[in-house]
Amino acid sequence: MSDDTTATDGRREEAGAGTDAVVLTGAEIVCECLLREGVDIVFGYPGGAILPTYDALTKYPQLHHVLTRHEQGASHMADGYARATGKVGVAMATSGPGATNLVTGIATAMMDSSPIVCITGQVPTGAIGSDAFQETDVTGITLPITKHNYLVRSIEELPEVMREAFHIARTGRPGPVLVDIPKDVQIESAGFVYPSEPIELPGYRPPRAARARQVDSALELIRDSKRPIVLAGHGVSMAGANAELAQLAEKARIPVALTLLGKGAMSERHPLCLGMMGMHGGAEVNHAIQEADLLIALGMRFDDRVTGNLATYARNSRKIHVDIDPSEINKNVTVDVGIVGDLREVLGQLLERVERRPNQAWFDRIAEWRTESELREIVRPVDAPQHPAVPEGKLLGAQVIRDLFEFTGGGAVTVTDVGQHQMWEAQYYHHERPHSLITSGGLGTMGFGVPAAIGAKMARPDQEVWAIVGDGGFQMTLMELATAVQERVNVHIAIINNGFLGMVRQWQEFFYEERYNATPMVNPDFCKLAEAYGIPAVRVTERGEIEDAVRAARETTAGPTLIEFVVEKEEIVYPMVPAGADLDDMIRRPTPEEFERKRRERAAAAQAPEAPSAEPEEAPAAAAALGSRFGV
Amino acid sequence: MAKHILATLVENRPGVLARVANLFRRRSFNIDSLSVGRTQRDEMSRMTIVMESDSAEADRLVKNLYKLVDVVHVDHLHSQPSVVREMALVKVKASSENRREVIQLCDIFRARIIDVSAESLVVEITGEEEKLEHFTELVRPFGIVEMVRTGVIALGRGGHTLKDEGFKPNRGRAAAQSNVL
Repeated sequence: MSDDTTATDGRREEAGAGTDAVVLTGAEIVCECLLREGVDIVFGYPGGAILPTYDALTKYPQLHHVLTRHEQGASHMADGYARATGKVGVAMATSGPGATNLVTGIATAMMDSSPIVCITGQVPTGAIGSDAFQETDVTGITLPITKHNYLVRSIEELPEVMREAFHIARTGRPGPVLVDIPKDVQIESAGFVYPSEPIELPGYRPPRAARARQVDSALELIRDSKRPIVLAGHGVSMAGANAELAQLAEKARIPVALTLLGKGAMSERHPLCLGMMGMHGGAEVNHAIQEADLLIALGMRFDDRVTGNLATYARNSRKIHVDIDPSEINKNVTVDVGIVGDLREVLGQLLERVERRPNQAWFDRIAEWRTESELREIVRPVDAPQHPAVPEGKLLGAQVIRDLFEFTGGGAVTVTDVGQHQMWEAQYYHHERPHSLITSGGLGTMGFGVPAAIGAKMARPDQEVWAIVGDGGFQMTLMELATAVQERVNVHIAIINNGFLGMVRQWQEFFYEERYNATPMVNPDFCKLAEAYGIPAVRVTERGEIEDAVRAARETTAGPTLIEFVVEKEEIVYPMVPAGADLDDMIRRPTPEEFERKRRERAAAAQAPEAPSAEPEEAPAAAAALGSRFGV
Repeated sequence: MAKHILATLVENRPGVLARVANLFRRRSFNIDSLSVGRTQRDEMSRMTIVMESDSAEADRLVKNLYKLVDVVHVDHLHSQPSVVREMALVKVKASSENRREVIQLCDIFRARIIDVSAESLVVEITGEEEKLEHFTELVRPFGIVEMVRTGVIALGRGGHTLKDEGFKPNRGRAAAQSNVL
């Protein structure tokens, strides 16, 4: 069947002469609308109330349905698909439990502005409100976690609702839209004409270009600044403004810091790109933000994980904030110039007139901080002198990511779960292209990694895709391994297994006096588990084994692969800004000298346990919270 | 802190009130009053939202209202010359001895008595919030048996109207549906 013929051709006559309408069932209309929106894959799980649509799907082979093993997997896969391509991802589920299982994935997409459309079956119109079997008020449940949602009341409004849903999902600040379709609406028939006129929603008009006066004010602030810094977020890549961002940085000579989701907004190989900011961002980046006299925030939202204590955040700076969502301006941080608009357009406007400024002293200052940071670096080339904190013969999670970066040539699309491995990814896997890191930043959804990676790989079969997950998050959605096998998805899964819920353990170590409650994990044999699914798997316990394992995985071009990296149990992600602390009040990994001094002091203290410790306490508040242990 | 009156034009679709109410709850906005009703156009309803807050908070509410797809226009009437009214129905205890006193008060406030029984009167009073408060304070000593207020409604004076340009009723959509509630 070619692209322009559909199952409906046979019935064109039934609608009567003189009209373009064909008579279709509601279920067929859903499929027709999906095709016209450019959908090629639907991730979903069938059930009673959505069965008519599943039946209609048999007439639309262009719509490939992927059967997930849980509806949460479907919404994460649709999200991964959307983030890898910028296209709208589609998830489908039945009413009641099917719909509620989508919820975590919808909330994840909402927090990270990912365009997905979820289609749920609903009990028949007449039964709504009667607590019918598998009835749930899914539009009510998802009200605060969707950009918009619809309960379709009649077949007549179905085409328009479907079209609006995709339009709203993908335009402006993208986000999830849910369409709830009662079973009788799916079964009924009506004449179908796909509306051709442009969508006009009186209450929905995404902004485009900025007002000239705001652009002037922004240029003035840039001109007057001596220590400017760009804070680039997810919005840069979503607007496709990556080239404009690089040009702005180069033309005005401004260093660029990235948010977690901003990774890929600018190549991390670019000399003006500083890397990630925030709770686990580079110390030099956070220092630079705190000492800047101008923040230029582009498509980011001053999340608490990037600002730390708002009262002391970048206190001496003026601030420019560009975002497509007006409600983000002055939400967390009060700014001097707020510009609402599409980033690509706004950056284009700025670029026309922005000037180059001499600010070498500023770059020198940042370089000093960076040199200081490098002293503390724990991941070093195998043949270089190692940091004394590296335990003999142990593999570190950070090393795994660094080596994965190297052995994949830095070109893979990586999809992470949530936790320590996610932060190591952000620190050690340097991204060059937009949409090459897919991670749950806003909601921090454990279990996101494996299904989102499957969605991403299906969206971009030409791309090497790695799911980097922890042993905790992996076990939240590991049933989707079966989906990957059934669909022969060539996704590579790297489990960073430390036998702990590592990030929570780290918090317990720092802030709860090492009471490791509910964080140690007794895990299954992940390689045998993979084998049970028919997935080739290998276990890596030493750094020297990483290269071969990665190479073997990359050489496998059909179906999924899995590598279990058994890493040091009590490794810590440094630096760390404790929640609510000042952004530059970071817990740092000790330098080799500090580490050795600490070790000697400990040894001495062990010999004379009664002697009171006369340790000088020059450390800031955050480090004081660290307690006695000086871990990896 | 000041009183902010937000006149909000919304599409007349099912669930709009729930969306707006959910926004108040979700983002912890404290609302003094909310009144909803039809407008001169079938496809639209108008909500009048009153909040006591600083202007940054009011701005935040306006922006978040605009994020709702069904919200067409929000006007901050605070900054416009406008007429503001609220209505109350007050059932006041009034026996044959003191009925005359209550009626006198009503006259002064240009309130109307719309029901009389042996023990009480129902008074209809319209005006700005302040007038209603003042009136209820004065009749309180007689005994207020029951009272209901509509919440504030407001219109800009003269040429100032809520923008609804660009609004084209959706074919067959609005007509098929009853109202925002």
